[in-house]
Formats: sequence, structure tokens, C-alpha cells
Amino acid sequence: MAMLTMAKALNLALKEALQEDEKSIILGQDVGYDEGVFRITEGLLKEFGEQRVVDFPVAESAIVGMAVGLCIAGYRPIAEMQFSGFGYHGFHQVESHVSRLRNRTRGRFTCPMVIRMPYGGGIRAIEHHSESREAIWAHLPGLKVVIPSGPRNARALLRASILDPDPVMFYEPKASYRAFREEVPDEPETMEIGKAQVVREGNDATIISYGASMRPVLEAAEELEEDHNVDVEVIDLLSLVPLDRETINASIRKTGRCVVVHEAPRHCGPAAEIIAGIVEDSMLYLEAPVERVTGYDLVLPFFNNELPYMPDVKKVVSATRKVLSF
Amino acid sequence: MPRKKIELRNTIESLSILDADGKVDKKLEPKLSNDEILSLFRGMLLARRYDERMLRLQRQGRIGTYGPALGQEAASLGPAFAITKDDWFVPSFREPAGMLWRGWPMARLMLWWGGNEIGATPPEELNDMPICVPVSSQIQYGAGIAWGLKLDGNKSVALTFVGDGGTSEGDFHEGVNCAAVFNLPMVIVVQNNQWAISLPRRKQTASETIAQKALAYGMNGIQADGNDILAMIAATREAVDRARSGGGPTLIEAVTYRLGVHTTADDPKKYRTEEEVEAWRCKDPLDRFWKYVQDKGVLNEKSREAMEEEIAAEISAAVEKSETYQADIMEPFDHCFETMTPALKRQRAEFEAYLLNGGSNGSPHAASSSAISQVH
Repeated sequence: MAMLTMAKALNLALKEALQEDEKSIILGQDVGYDEGVFRITEGLLKEFGEQRVVDFPVAESAIVGMAVGLCIAGYRPIAEMQFSGFGYHGFHQVESHVSRLRNRTRGRFTCPMVIRMPYGGGIRAIEHHSESREAIWAHLPGLKVVIPSGPRNARALLRASILDPDPVMFYEPKASYRAFREEVPDEPETMEIGKAQVVREGNDATIISYGASMRPVLEAAEELEEDHNVDVEVIDLLSLVPLDRETINASIRKTGRCVVVHEAPRHCGPAAEIIAGIVEDSMLYLEAPVERVTGYDLVLPFFNNELPYMPDVKKVVSATRKVLSF
Repeated sequence: MPRKKIELRNTIESLSILDADGKVDKKLEPKLSNDEILSLFRGMLLARRYDERMLRLQRQGRIGTYGPALGQEAASLGPAFAITKDDWFVPSFREPAGMLWRGWPMARLMLWWGGNEIGATPPEELNDMPICVPVSSQIQYGAGIAWGLKLDGNKSVALTFVGDGGTSEGDFHEGVNCAAVFNLPMVIVVQNNQWAISLPRRKQTASETIAQKALAYGMNGIQADGNDILAMIAATREAVDRARSGGGPTLIEAVTYRLGVHTTADDPKKYRTEEEVEAWRCKDPLDRFWKYVQDKGVLNEKSREAMEEEIAAEISAAVEKSETYQADIMEPFDHCFETMTPALKRQRAEFEAYLLNGGSNGSPHAASSSAISQVH
């Protein structure tokens, strides 16, 4: 066991992939000599060489699209978009080929690839470096969307995504890259994609979140217990596609009250799908309307004013108290 | 000197071997056996008759919208002929001549236009991609395949098609640029058929030729008469040889003409004149190759007649095969992911219940996925 940051844990998963499968290739902008702008690919070029860790021209569409061709040729590409805000250049290839190739060719060709990209606000970056648009990807049939929240699950989920026979959009909460350390096993570890984790058990209300928002959510849970004597259950989804409705339902049926938290804008955001699922399956167990703590339906303000626009402890505590007092 | 001409490594040439009157430039004529000439002519004729039949099927409401390739047979077949089975064939959507040559079962192509995914499923033995609809997006996976071939260390190439309209797309720039940067074994054929639906070539790009774009990317490029199958074969052979020996990608501009409609939903009278079309009809690739074939003594009117009959029978058989194909209506649920997600299992059950309660279109028990073998 080693105490690692998420950045180091992701690096470990990438290194394992390159070691274990000679068909694995990392491609992206500045992933080689520069070791990635967030240093996620640190040391990999040196160890595996230019054929396996490929510095790419500034061409996101080609990064994604040529990764499709690599899959067809039998390779397992791991593509990096430098920031999710630039991933939209690659959107067309994801929608037109990555997510459809298996269906179009009835399984003759598939896309066992991972597209990694850092998302989310809170790092005082310039415009286009702070948004959360996971709902866009989660809407595409044929694409899995995985979002880790800490070092250990980041490593295990990235490994699982790389081994997955289908394409995975791997959204990395960049505010959490170096925010804290966790024990990460030395031996390779995987987690099943599509299984949520109950990271805190409780009986009074359920808070559902994922990714960067897990930090304020867990802090809020502590505060609710200490200051308000409220015992909340917290679910870390870890994956939006597939969505673990079983775990959500079990918790809702126990607590009857729910808050869903994410940075992404509210309209047609992941919370809308999560709550629709709760209504379909467990409506009669609900004791109160479900609350959403999300980004507003706005572009996240430039960094000087971004924090109040993001989910925080105060908003989560307040929403939870609201569902409890209904 | 502060200001002087920059000499580029490459230059751009145009190539024509068999002209519209059937005259041949003997110095440039590619070596072809009589058997090869015969099968090339058959391939062009097959594509032409297939195209005509598809138009009729569309008018009869037996397939969906159809995008004919009338007049572009040489630009598609010539390059396909110049590669081997081990090479990859990455079409756009106006390459039936090349696809049939490669070994796509004709019934599958008919099923594509008839609205069935089996038509987009390349038979296992073919290193082929299916028809690609989003213009120019196929350049990217073509380049990715070429990259994989290069990493494998084998000598195969990826032959990728795009149209003149496609050269304006960002994907064209990104894919062609990266193919050149990574020195990939790729041959890009631009079927310049002069029209991107209603937009003429001169409004597509201010470049005098499409071939010259290769210069900017630092790769080889050539303009070939796309209605001259000999020129297309010669240009592709040269490009393929270069790619196999590590010389990188080549951009071939095939100057041709879309004699027909963009698709059956299009009316070209709105944007181009009959005189223009007529002038290009005189440059028909099939007519001029027919002269060549006769000059070589490979075929005559009588033996052509026999070939026509054989082709007509082949097409009719394919029509019948495609029209008796029954897709498994539940199949899409099986091909979204390798393992169905819980959400899809639930939706599949919902859909199945709908079908069992009368549904609207077919029954879940109508056919099985083994239907794939029907159209081999």
C-alpha cells in the first residue's frame, strides 16, 4: 500500500496498462515529453518510448478518430483530451464512430478505448477549463461514462475502463487530482463499472453524487451529523453509464428522502435522470420531494466568481435539511 | 537575399493515360494482363448496372434513398484494383465499384440502402470498412488503421476515399495532416466529382487543384483523370508502392463527375445545366474503357452481351437475396455494448412486451441473428 494522490494513482493505472498489454497506446497533446499538463503521464514516455506514448498534433478530432482506427487495427488506445473544454472537437468522432461502431458493424469492429479528460471547476483556471458536461456524453448510446472521486477508485476504475471491451469516457475531477492522498494497493485492482458505492451508511436521507462533488458532500454529511444530529447515507455513483439504480433504490427505500449533487448544469443534467429513475421505481417510498444541488443553467463564471456557483457544503446541508423538514 | 522563392520538396502533376476518345499513352500505360483487363471491365460494368438497378429499386419504393455513383466507377475501381486483399479499403459512400470488387456481397450493399445494419457489416474475410455517412470523418479512422499497420510492421496500406466536399471539413485537415506527420502508409483518394450536392467545386476551395493541398501537408500528391481507369490504377500503384516502402501517404485527386443525382432526394436541375452534364457524359469512364477493351481484343459485342446477361442475373439474384432477408428486430439491443446494461435489459423487456402486444412492425420471433449468413 502506498499513499497516493489521484494524479499518481491514475499514472499507476496507465503504467500497468502499458506493461500488461503491448497493444495499449497512450495518445494526446503533450502526454510524452511534457508528461501531460497535469503530469498524469509522468515517466511513461521514458519507460515505454515514443511508439507507445504519443505526442499528438493539436487535433482532438484526429486523436479520437485515429484511436478508432487503432481499435480496428487491433490496438487499445487510451486517449487524453487536455481539458474537457476542448473535447468537443472530438465530439463528432465520439458520436459518429466511437459509440456506434459496434452497432453499425454488428460487432465486427468495436472500440475498446478510453478517452480521459479532466473536468470541473475550482482550480482558478481561465475560460473553457472549468465546466462539467458529463451529461452530453452520458446521452450517447454505446458510450460508458465513468467518474472517479478519489485515488483508489480512480486507479481501479481506470484499469477497469482500459480492460472494458467498450468505449469509456473517463471524466477526471481535476480539482481532486492532488487534493488528498489515499492508500492504493500495490497489486492491480479493478472495480466493476456500473456499481455505485455506499460510502457512508445512514437512515435519515440519501445524498447521491459523484466525482469532485463527493468532497463537499462528505463534509456536509459530517456537519449534518455533528451539528444537526442527522444520519445521512452517501452514494458515490462512480459511473453515470451504466447507472446503478439498484443501489439507489435500496437506499431510497430505506431513507425515503434524497438529495442529488453535481457541478453540471441542472437542466437535463444527470440528477434529472437519477430522480426520474427514483420516481419510476421507488416513488411510493419517498417522504419528500427530491432536492437538487447542481450548477445553475449558466456558463460557470470566470474563476474570480466561480466558487459560489458550485455545489458546496452549505448548499448540501441546506438541501438535506429541507428534504428532512418536509 | 531577403526575399526568394521557396523550393518545395514535392511538385504536383496531372496524369491521363486513356483519353475520352479511347486513345492511349503507350509510355504511361500500366501493365495489365488480358484477364485483368477483362475483370476490370466486368467490375465497371457490374457497378454501372448495379447503380442503374438501385435507382429503379428506389423509384419502385423497394429501397430507401439512394446515392448513385454513376460516372465514378473508374475512380473507385482503379484504386481498389491497385491494392491487395491484405490492404484496407476505407470507403466514403460512392464506392460501390470498389466495394463490389473487394468482395462485398452485393445483397449487403442493397441491404444498406434498404435500411439494414447488416449492410454495414463487413464480411469477416475483408479488411474493409463499411459505407461512411458523415463526410470526411472516415479519414480519421483510415489514418488510425494505417497507423496500426505501421506499428504492426507489416507492409499493408489503408486506402481511404473522400469527396471534394469532404476536403472542406476539419476532419480532412486533421486526418491528412496527421497521416503526413506520422508518415503513415495511407493513400487518400479524393473523388472530385465537381459537386457537393449543389455546391460546385470552385466554391468548395479556392485552390486551383485539390491535389496541391498535399504540398501544404508535406506529402505527395497527384491529380489523375478519374474517368480514366488506367490513370487511376497507375497513380494508386505508385502511391501504394511508396507507402509500402515507408514513403508515407499520398493524396490522389480523381477528377471525375457525378453524372447522376446526389441522392434520389436531389434535383440537380436546380443548380447545374444539362449542357454541363452532357459534356461530361462524353467523358464516360465505361465508354472509353470499352474502346480500350475492344482494341485489346479482350471482348467484342457478342461476348459483352453474354457478360451483360450474366451480370443482370447476378444483380437479380442479389435483389432477391436482399429482399428475403429478415432482420432480427431485437438485435440492436445486442450490439450497443458487449454486455447489455441493466437499463438496456429493462428497455429490451419493455420493447418486447410492446411487440408481443401487437407492436407495429414485425415480431421478435420473426428471425434470428443467424440471418447474417443469408447474405454472404
